Amino acid sequence: MKITVASGKGGTGKTTIAVNLALSVEDAMLIDCDVEGPNSHIFFKEPMVKLKDVSIPTPRFDLDICTYCGKCSDFCQYNAISVVQDKLLFFEELCHGCGGCRIICPVNAISEEEHIIGTIEKGGEEELPLYHGRLNIGEPFGVPIIRELKGLAGERPITIFDSPPGTACPAVETMRDVDFCILVTEPTPFGLHDLKLSVDVIREIGTPFGVIVNRDGIGDDRVESYCERENIPLLARIPNDLEIARLYSEGIPMVKGIPRYGEMFRELFERIRGLVR
Amino acid sequence: MKVAVTSKGKEPGSEVDPRFGRCRYFAIIDTDTGGFEAVENEGALAAGGAGPQASQTLSRTGARGVISGSVGPKAFEALKAAGIEIITGGAGTVEEVVKKYMKGELKPVTSHSVDSHSGMGGRRG
Repeated sequence: MKITVASGKGGTGKTTIAVNLALSVEDAMLIDCDVEGPNSHIFFKEPMVKLKDVSIPTPRFDLDICTYCGKCSDFCQYNAISVVQDKLLFFEELCHGCGGCRIICPVNAISEEEHIIGTIEKGGEEELPLYHGRLNIGEPFGVPIIRELKGLAGERPITIFDSPPGTACPAVETMRDVDFCILVTEPTPFGLHDLKLSVDVIREIGTPFGVIVNRDGIGDDRVESYCERENIPLLARIPNDLEIARLYSEGIPMVKGIPRYGEMFRELFERIRGLVR
Repeated sequence: MKVAVTSKGKEPGSEVDPRFGRCRYFAIIDTDTGGFEAVENEGALAAGGAGPQASQTLSRTGARGVISGSVGPKAFEALKAAGIEIITGGAGTVEEVVKKYMKGELKPVTSHSVDSHSGMGGRRG
């Protein structure tokens, strides 16, 4: 079973929930898909070890063969190729590595070269393998790394994905093709605003989902009324507990410091299992 | 010779659009015949690379120069490759800047005038 932990708003507790959920169920693995700022590993003692590079194909143009017909440029949805009169310009930072230009070129003037955009690292602990990716500084597009990460699922029967925040391509990539998505929010106007954006996106994707309210007790009850109105299951409420924050500041997951939370996460998992069936 | 002006509208009296890659229209003026044509900038809403795309559109119109408010680094490179002269700091109506240009009051620039994504209204994608 694959479960993604996501949220529209940053800093609501995605990583906290992903790590603690993964630690609370047996036979799980954790994959941190926030390749622009992975941080699940801070809860584990072992350092992350590099597993592999991730690269995308980048076009190379043979200008002796090129007829400057402009078909590659017309095809490119990201405007990475400009053909102006008898000159061809390639803007590498706009290229998403789809390979379409090479296929479309009528005279085979385009070949491909692999361009490394980041790495995948492994860590965690014996009971819970952790994988994460790192997008190299200056690279604009992390989705290919997320795709590779998602392909690692299957080593254990249960995979928990920690999603990047927001509703853009990296978050969409992490929320699709999974059995269930947990949307984490906080009971504040900001939390509710960004939750609504996430709900719009996840409904479009079609992944079954539910909401966890983190830091319950701050703010108001508008998130709860919204979920009721929209028929969205409210899966759990995690209280705004100073003890959780204290453990967090020492890099200790709450389920390791406070056993009753382990019980709460196991119940959460059973609830999700019921909803997926 | 044909010269283009980035424009907010389709008329000679329309205001100059200060953005290059994300302008609404290119007003194409034939300085020899006085001919006027407005070409829509299809790349105005592109997710990225609006500058290079607009340069390509412009190159196909046969314009040898372009007057705009500002031009970013990728557009500058593409316009240079296309041999299109770049004039920035254009303001007022299309008619007015063309008159100034024909009197030789506007001079081409030799480097881009703004950073990437300047025409995106603060939403830096």
